[in-house]
Amino acid sequence: MSAPSTALRTGKDPYHLGHAPSSGTPEFTGHGAGGPAPKPIVVGYGFWLFILSDVVLFASFFAAYAVLVYARAGGPGPRDLFDLRTTEIETACLLLSSFTCGLASMAVGRRSLLWTEIALAVTGLLGATFIGIEIHEFARLVAADDGPSRSAFLTAFFTLVGCHGLHVTCGLLWLATMMAQLRAKGFTPSVRHRYLCYSLFWHALDIVWIGIFSGVYIIGVLMQ
Amino acid sequence: MTLLGKLSWQALPLNEPLPLFSGVAVFLIVIALIAWLGIKGYLPYLWREWITSVDHKRIGVMYCLLAWVMLLRGFIDAIMMRAQQAVAFRAPGFLPPSHFDQVFSAHGTIMIFFVAMPFVIGLMNLIVPLQLGVRDVAFPTLNSVSFWLTCAGALLVNISLVVGEFSRTGWLPFPPLAELKFSPGVGVDYYCWAIQISGIGTLMTGINFVTTILKLRAPGMHYTRMPMFCWTALASNLLIIAAFPVLTATLAMLLLDRYLGFHFFTNSGGGNSMLFMNLIWAWGHPEVYLLVLPAFGIYSEVVSTFSSKPLFGYRSMVYATMAICLISFMVWLHHFFTMGAGADVNAFFGIMSMIIAVPTGVKIFNWLFTMYGGTVRFASPLLWSLGFIVSFAIGGMTGVMLAIPPADFQLHNSLFLVAHFHNVIIAGVLFGAFAGYTYWFPKAFGFKLDERLGKWAFWLWVIGFWVAWGPGYVVGLEGMTRRLQHYDVAAWHPWLIVAAGGVAIIAAGVAVQIAQLVVSIRTRERRRDITGDPWDGRNLEWATASPPPSFNFAVLPNVTDQEPYWDMKTRARESGHLATPEPHYEPIPMPRNSPTGFVTAFFAVLTGFALIWHIWWIVLIGLTGAYANFVLFAWRDHDEVLIPAGEVARLDRANRAARTAALERATA
Repeated sequence: MSAPSTALRTGKDPYHLGHAPSSGTPEFTGHGAGGPAPKPIVVGYGFWLFILSDVVLFASFFAAYAVLVYARAGGPGPRDLFDLRTTEIETACLLLSSFTCGLASMAVGRRSLLWTEIALAVTGLLGATFIGIEIHEFARLVAADDGPSRSAFLTAFFTLVGCHGLHVTCGLLWLATMMAQLRAKGFTPSVRHRYLCYSLFWHALDIVWIGIFSGVYIIGVLMQ
Repeated sequence: MTLLGKLSWQALPLNEPLPLFSGVAVFLIVIALIAWLGIKGYLPYLWREWITSVDHKRIGVMYCLLAWVMLLRGFIDAIMMRAQQAVAFRAPGFLPPSHFDQVFSAHGTIMIFFVAMPFVIGLMNLIVPLQLGVRDVAFPTLNSVSFWLTCAGALLVNISLVVGEFSRTGWLPFPPLAELKFSPGVGVDYYCWAIQISGIGTLMTGINFVTTILKLRAPGMHYTRMPMFCWTALASNLLIIAAFPVLTATLAMLLLDRYLGFHFFTNSGGGNSMLFMNLIWAWGHPEVYLLVLPAFGIYSEVVSTFSSKPLFGYRSMVYATMAICLISFMVWLHHFFTMGAGADVNAFFGIMSMIIAVPTGVKIFNWLFTMYGGTVRFASPLLWSLGFIVSFAIGGMTGVMLAIPPADFQLHNSLFLVAHFHNVIIAGVLFGAFAGYTYWFPKAFGFKLDERLGKWAFWLWVIGFWVAWGPGYVVGLEGMTRRLQHYDVAAWHPWLIVAAGGVAIIAAGVAVQIAQLVVSIRTRERRRDITGDPWDGRNLEWATASPPPSFNFAVLPNVTDQEPYWDMKTRARESGHLATPEPHYEPIPMPRNSPTGFVTAFFAVLTGFALIWHIWWIVLIGLTGAYANFVLFAWRDHDEVLIPAGEVARLDRANRAARTAALERATA
């Protein structure tokens, strides 16, 4: 404890958090009792909590899907509808976009505007491809009269997958806004905080998608 | 007409005198109020200092004000219901069924979402940062957004009084009744969108306060030094984060059923209405603990202060709080034992529901032992706490009775159940809110409320409550089910007349509370709290002036004890001078006010109203506006104002001088 606390008293930045302690907060560690934590920690922590709440939201839709997956009202089941090949491409797009999002994080760390923007643009393109494929799949199902009104199973399927898709779409809007802001303002502290939140959000959507891909699609084609 | 979706002149209750007159009256009062504020020139002040304020104390005051206004609205519903049941013995009464159904639905919705929630969240806003010894919550602007979204939901519920109708399905929209087939009107849509909008606000409050409590505390404030109210606020906000998304998801499913023909809860297409029951109560049961835990925190503060003793069993209190927080997620099925989940499932949830009474009992004994041997001062906050302890113990025991599945098969959906939850919510949550309101009022406004009227209000409320809901238990055991617009069992009639009398007594209590506020404001000069510590308090909220400066503390207090302010006072009394020497004052950066919250709520109301009436182009405008507002906020460059060192010094020296004078009076 001695080394960091000496550094803290001298007002340096021992945890590389971007700014020195503000006046009135003589010590800070971010670990509870050392006084108020600095802004990057507070922002990141709050956003983690938001992601947790979002996971609970998805959990509700997963639960509804699990309850309703056999309630098909004489209609088709997962095996009749899911095409794993397109879903695999979708999954690849989203996972790759998480990788490029990670590259963007490194570029932000190096304060390289060009590489940040390039990595974010690729992330956005991959995300848009994902959404495009999803819309295509939904349109195919609806056109074949297998839309969400067909049965409770399809209701739950469209809602769970659609909720994830809506999140990705909002993420794309956020991404575009942030890219514009990055160009306009550069790497200001608040832009960097937002980037931190954005990357958390994007990776979390990936994790949710892995749940959907395995729990809905893969198990779906295996089940009766 | 398609331009305005389903909205037409028929939405207005032109041939129903009661809602029409009350609606017009409320509308005129609001217009008159705004006009009066405009003529007096108060509007710019209100805009600058309150509406756009991101100060946690002001947001807290506004939350409490919202709760009070909505309490009056919800209480009028209560009067109508009790009056209806008092006269509707073999008679139609004065409320037709469609109206009566809206009244009980609105009453429950308003009392839970727009009275109990804003009241406890308001008190948390006001006090938690002060008790933690910090300057604001983690996300001040988000806090303002939360508040205004809650207001937006409340506004939509009240608009439904005049434009269209409110839900007739009870305080929770149970399918299949709430499905489009059986509730084709806009009532359920009003309910759902109002709760969705205010629910987002509540979720953000939860995130904000958990971050605040876990990451922003004064130096030295370990977890085991946190005031009990902060602990209960932490538990309550954890419940918000874990439970409110379930509510959002459940109502989203119902809305998809209603708007797009989905089959989550419908009778056809494989829908499963019991799925709704499980989901809604997975939120609904944590919800009631989320309300009552902060109230437990308030009682802990009040009992300790007015017994002039530290809280007995602090650690057991913390464990009990967190145990309730956890177990509250494992009891939801007791809301529908009669669903037929089977004996084993019912037994599990019955036992879990009884287990949750154990930590609650621990708390009751801790409060009693805190008072034991203390120098007890019977001020009105303590009276509310004592009324709570007695009444809540009874309400808790009837809860344990309901937790026995075989007994529940008899008592399910009866007035016995209704009496039980009014017993725990009025005598638990509301009495706690009133205790907190009286206790912390001087901190918020700098003067005390009138004690004599406060005690009158307490006695009228507690007697009125028992006269109103004691009979509920009796008629419940006699088989009376809830939500009856009329009945023809002669044995119930006298009890329901007594219950109506109880509501009249409570009405007198409410009138006394209004009088108390008016009288106290008019005579505020002689009620001033000069020292900032009117009750001989023990925690940090009393270390700063009343009302506190915008930055709360000139220098963050250094916490060395479980009762930091009591510790400071003791040291000052022993040494004869203030515990800390005058600090070196520095300028303090504080978050800048922002209209973001208000504008967000404006677009939320617009979007919500348009969604209810299927006016899709306004929905688009509303969402675009909300996004533009968000971008505008993200683009601002200056988000802080610097309070000059001189100003900090002036305010803090005044506080120190007042405390030195008080110390001299005490030691002289």
